[in-house]
Amino acid sequence: MNYFPDEVIEHVFDFVTSNKDRNTISLVCKSWYRIEKFSRQRVFIGNCYAISPERLIGRFPGVKSLTLKGKPHFADFNLVPHDWGGFVYPWIEALARSRVNLEELRMKRMVVTDDALELISRAFVNFKTLVLVSCEGFTTDGLAAIAANCRFLRELDLQENEVEDHRGQWLNCFPESCTSLVSLNFACLKGDINLAALERLVARSPNLKSLKLSRAVPLDTLQKILVRAPQLVDLGVGSFVHDPESETYSKLLTAIEKCKSMRSLSGFLEVAAYCLPAIYPICSSLTSLNLSYAPGIPGSELTKLIRQCRKLQRLWILDCIGDKGLGVVASSCKDLQELRVFPSDPYGVGNAAVTEEGLVAISKGCPKLNSLLYFCQQMTNAALQTVAQNCPNFIRFRLCILDPTKPDSSTDQPLDEGFGAIVQSCKGLRRLSLSGLLTDQVFSFIGKFAEQLEMLSIAFAGNSDKGMLYVLTGCKKIRKLEIRDCPFGNIALLTDVGKYETMRSLWMSSCDVTLGGCKTLAKKMPRLNVEIINENEEMEECIDDRQKVEKMYLYRTLVGPRKDAPEHVWTL
Amino acid sequence: MEPPPARGRDVAASKRESAGEEAELELGLGLSVGGGERTGAKRGARAEPRGRILTARDFPSSVGTKRTADESVSQEGGGGSPTSGSQVVGWPPIRAYRMNSLVNLAKAPRAEDDLSPNEKGKSKDGLEDKTRAGGKADVDGREQKHIGFVKVNMDGIPIGRKVDLNAHACYETLAQALEDMFFRQAKTIDLTGAEENRQVKKSSKLLNGCSEFVLTYEDKEGDWMLIGDVPWGMFLTAVKRLRIMRTSEVNGIAPRFQQRSERQMRKPI
Repeated sequence: MNYFPDEVIEHVFDFVTSNKDRNTISLVCKSWYRIEKFSRQRVFIGNCYAISPERLIGRFPGVKSLTLKGKPHFADFNLVPHDWGGFVYPWIEALARSRVNLEELRMKRMVVTDDALELISRAFVNFKTLVLVSCEGFTTDGLAAIAANCRFLRELDLQENEVEDHRGQWLNCFPESCTSLVSLNFACLKGDINLAALERLVARSPNLKSLKLSRAVPLDTLQKILVRAPQLVDLGVGSFVHDPESETYSKLLTAIEKCKSMRSLSGFLEVAAYCLPAIYPICSSLTSLNLSYAPGIPGSELTKLIRQCRKLQRLWILDCIGDKGLGVVASSCKDLQELRVFPSDPYGVGNAAVTEEGLVAISKGCPKLNSLLYFCQQMTNAALQTVAQNCPNFIRFRLCILDPTKPDSSTDQPLDEGFGAIVQSCKGLRRLSLSGLLTDQVFSFIGKFAEQLEMLSIAFAGNSDKGMLYVLTGCKKIRKLEIRDCPFGNIALLTDVGKYETMRSLWMSSCDVTLGGCKTLAKKMPRLNVEIINENEEMEECIDDRQKVEKMYLYRTLVGPRKDAPEHVWTL
Repeated sequence: MEPPPARGRDVAASKRESAGEEAELELGLGLSVGGGERTGAKRGARAEPRGRILTARDFPSSVGTKRTADESVSQEGGGGSPTSGSQVVGWPPIRAYRMNSLVNLAKAPRAEDDLSPNEKGKSKDGLEDKTRAGGKADVDGREQKHIGFVKVNMDGIPIGRKVDLNAHACYETLAQALEDMFFRQAKTIDLTGAEENRQVKKSSKLLNGCSEFVLTYEDKEGDWMLIGDVPWGMFLTAVKRLRIMRTSEVNGIAPRFQQRSERQMRKPI
């Protein structure tokens, strides 16, 4: 079969970038398996407990770029105990020991310690890219180590992490010789920043394309930075408050006008609305705008701004924009593909909220919409049906009605029909989150129509085991299923145990599954880890099989039960 | 631009109905049994008939706390509907990081406050001062705190509030916010209708001297000062906390106060 030398085949494989395809290639024959194995550079591990670092290194010794995900998704909402797991240190240690030439590391929901960061910075000479999303466990000391030791650092991207700020001079730790930065994001840091060090760093980074500042960086520093880096494509503004009559402000205006490459804006972590006109000149070329962390901008200012962003493809905004504001978005942003509307007041009575009207307006004006996250006060079936009709291209559809069991606000009926319309119309739907009053019927629709669905999030929905069974039997491609507060029990859990090996994970909390049911499942499926999380201490005494489990998280794995689980997490 | 207010009330009503139990979902401040901001989570069981156990809306962080034994409301097993959004752990599903940042999120100044050029001019000096030389990091890393939430106490009310000074760029909006906080809610503290009316009459501008109350602040040197004398930015660097003081107590500075109040009344607002 192989008429070519290995190097030629390897060169051909270089053009195959998708991991899925590369996996398929490996199955063709032993020699292709071998060639592919040594040439694989990018590895994605969706669940760090599905495999061990040693096996990864054994399988792909040439790995250069690694993505690791740790805690289950619901950890974002404080449903998972802090010490549950997801420690990256063992991975770093193993990779370092095996002298893997790691260049890129991307992590999500993992526990990353300063020791881990320090080890990364020392063990991998060519380390270039560090991306941390929703991680915790480290301080600015760890960042200092990365800055100081990674000589070829290109990307340091910290997104929404909890970082303990030691007020050190981590920015100063970038040596003068470091000129390779392409992307720097420290927006999530809370502490003070050495502004002079920041300015000098930007000045010596000619390749810098993406810069996201923390709140501690004031407007006058921003102005100086923009003068140095007019080539920026992606900017996260820290503080944006200044006297608009001042010289600094007019210098800022000049600097901004020179930023011809700017395509993406975010941040405004502190902002005075009257300063916003400064960014009008670049609005017409923006493709991405994230104002979801910008406090207190009145709806009128938001719409004034957005009206000018006619090329917008992605918009993240707070619900202060209101339904009318969304109407402005709909009429101005015809290329919109992704919209996220976050609540500014999650427990409020909705003075500044959005309803189904805003969503319908968007669907009418933005037919290219394919990704939605929408927090709203209320929804109706009719609106969802209209949206489904106008926007058949949804890949991600996440609707969150702030009152999780609210029915259709005009008919008082469950929202089954509305979501049914969505899954039926959007044949490419891969991710779906439900809310509102929902019966087993909606799951029947999902099981029947959502053929491409990979991730489903359910809360406070359904009437019986049938609901969950519709999904498990119908959705052939489902990979992640997360359920909370639904009346699904052992029958649903145990009817098709083999299904879980085709999935990455299943989360069930505050449902009706019992300890006995979970034990049965664990016994039948040795290649699953079935974890029970019990934070309620009383449970330890009465370990009755008939007891309902508080939280269950199961996932397929090749390496058996993990050894780093805390006391209240049992692997059955 | 604003959604019709009626809808908000309907939502609240249906929220209560769908709650099943009698959720005391009052959203304002009153005399709190068990006091303090973080008892919001324990609301349902202990609400008084006057509905005065309330969460200060500025602190949604109660959702970030682990479920305690008291929060037994919604966790009896599947299918139970929550009594109210904020009593349910992990709902609404917003990343904890984002939730924490909401604490700093100002409510948008009502009435779509575009600061007029006049006001911008007025606070010019203040804003210059606010240019971080004093506000944020210096090169030698001298510690400067973010001016954010400061305490506000009002004479006659034992429980204080907190207000985010970052949400305001001038005295007007700050005073308005404080009036909303203290005077509108003060209505509900009183029992009789008669008292209510009296309170309502009190809710006039704190800044122009027409009110029975006066807005003061404690500065870094520990002195109590009348609000409004210095430019906004300078005020921000000096203020430690606020106090809504009875005019009758403003003895020492009364003459100045009266002069000033006359000036204020002549100023176009």
